[in-house]
Amino acid sequence: MNLNQKMKTGYKVLIYFLLLLVTLMTIYPFAWMISSSLKENKDVFNFPIEWIPGTPRWKNYVEIWQKIPLGIFMKNTVKLSVIVTFLQVLTSSFAAYAFAKLDFKGKNILFMCYIATIAIPWQAYMVPQFIMMSSMGLNNTHLAIICLQAFSAFGVFMMRQFYMKIPDELCEAARIDGLSEYGIWLRIMVPNSMPAITTLIIFTFVTTWNDFLGPQIYLTETRLKTIQIGLRMFSTQYTSDYALIMAASVATLIPVLIVFLSLQKYFVQGMMSSAVKG
Amino acid sequence: MTTNQSKLKRKNDLIAYSFILPNFLGFAFFTLVPMIFSFVLAFAKWKGTGNIEFVFFDNFKKLANDRAFVKSLSNTAIYTVLVVPLTLIMSLVLAMVLNMSIKGRNFFRTVSFFPYVASLVAVATVWRFVFSPAVGPVNMLLSKLTGKATNTLPYWTTHPGPAMVLVVMFSIWKNMGYYMVIFLAGLQSVNEELYEVASLDGANAWQRFTNVTLPQLAPTTFFVTIMLTISSFKVYDIFLNLFAGGDNQLSDATRVLVYQIYNTAFRSLDYGYASAMSMILFVIVLVITLLQFYGERKISE
Repeated sequence: MNLNQKMKTGYKVLIYFLLLLVTLMTIYPFAWMISSSLKENKDVFNFPIEWIPGTPRWKNYVEIWQKIPLGIFMKNTVKLSVIVTFLQVLTSSFAAYAFAKLDFKGKNILFMCYIATIAIPWQAYMVPQFIMMSSMGLNNTHLAIICLQAFSAFGVFMMRQFYMKIPDELCEAARIDGLSEYGIWLRIMVPNSMPAITTLIIFTFVTTWNDFLGPQIYLTETRLKTIQIGLRMFSTQYTSDYALIMAASVATLIPVLIVFLSLQKYFVQGMMSSAVKG
Repeated sequence: MTTNQSKLKRKNDLIAYSFILPNFLGFAFFTLVPMIFSFVLAFAKWKGTGNIEFVFFDNFKKLANDRAFVKSLSNTAIYTVLVVPLTLIMSLVLAMVLNMSIKGRNFFRTVSFFPYVASLVAVATVWRFVFSPAVGPVNMLLSKLTGKATNTLPYWTTHPGPAMVLVVMFSIWKNMGYYMVIFLAGLQSVNEELYEVASLDGANAWQRFTNVTLPQLAPTTFFVTIMLTISSFKVYDIFLNLFAGGDNQLSDATRVLVYQIYNTAFRSLDYGYASAMSMILFVIVLVITLLQFYGERKISE
């Protein structure tokens, strides 16, 4: 083996070592979470860590549903995530079509409005937003969360970036064939932008599912709470029920994991092609 | 323009507006209007009921002498200064590695992205347990390695220094995968031929990186820096879930800007004062964004 090859092998070993280290650190908390969720409370902090408990306590996964209204939290979160995602994707791709492919009065100004607000953090105007919502009687309703999540400027911007890449000739040809603008959107734009739509679906779903501050502000009644603030309430109420807290945590991760893994293939693809490049 | 043409133009305009309207209505009502309202409230005193009393710059004068607010601002700034470059470097390195043709590439990509989609409350709770000063496995291991008792080791969840280290590590762990994917996207547009030219010129790996990869990635790097900085300045839920107990209160060592806004508005019901704090957040984010846009334009020239 010459020096060059030796260096290449060394380089490869180094890279795999690095990857292994990153993977280990990424997985460690999840492994600890799952392992602890199957233990007795008193065994959770045993050291050295017993990764596979001798007698797994599956009962933890039954008890979490009885001790807290986890089912209601789940139902609320699924409901909000699905509605918000649906509205966001529909209205964003609709608006993005006009911004990308149509010419109209005030287009630039309107688009500037959207662009300018992408950079403004929601936290900077959440207070007046709350005042407005409560004056309309929306405090402690799911509608409040839907209203504040479903119309983000980011979605419009992202979809528009993708639509810009679809050739104008396609729309032109469809127009000559007598398709209306709505028809073009439905038959040409939507089928041709699946990677971007999938990316937006994952983003919106995950953001809504994981949102913390919004539900913390608006949903103070237990029956309305989402999984995030419900889990937080549980872990601060039963502080020493370590194993149960971990079991509940695992339960909240599963839906996101399913959505993510089933769409994962499109996701990296979508991110790479629709990208959010500067 | 004939009347027919202008009629057609108007019809086309109306069709275009109909596409935008559903999103714009929601956007205008729930984003634009509250933003404007926020500007007004920042200069007023208002507890949610009764008349809004304009006090002009009083809120901002009060902010300068508000010890808790200044502390929250400095904590947020320290956090940002640490998180932005570290996350940037880690995610760039990871993206470079995962852009090579190596075995198990897709697996590694998926794994490193997972913390980003995992629910924050769940993972923050595990981290709190794992880093628990007295019984957590991290300090147990450290105690074994150093022979020190756990009560002499870092109090990750309560002491200012270790707490900052913990939250920065957590934040990198949580978000690295996201920025990695953005860098991966950026790397796809790097011109392969330039690498070959550089190799022929005898450039080594490091020189290829600094002379080919980095300049071509500049737009992506700017984008990532902006996103990272903005998200660091609005950090709240990470701190709350790592450090606060059942009362949802953060101590001086761990309070951040958005926590302060939240507390002032929703606990003390001091909407005007909270809006003034929001203005500070807004201005900081705006200045950073403008600086970076300006910088990007300069570099690309």
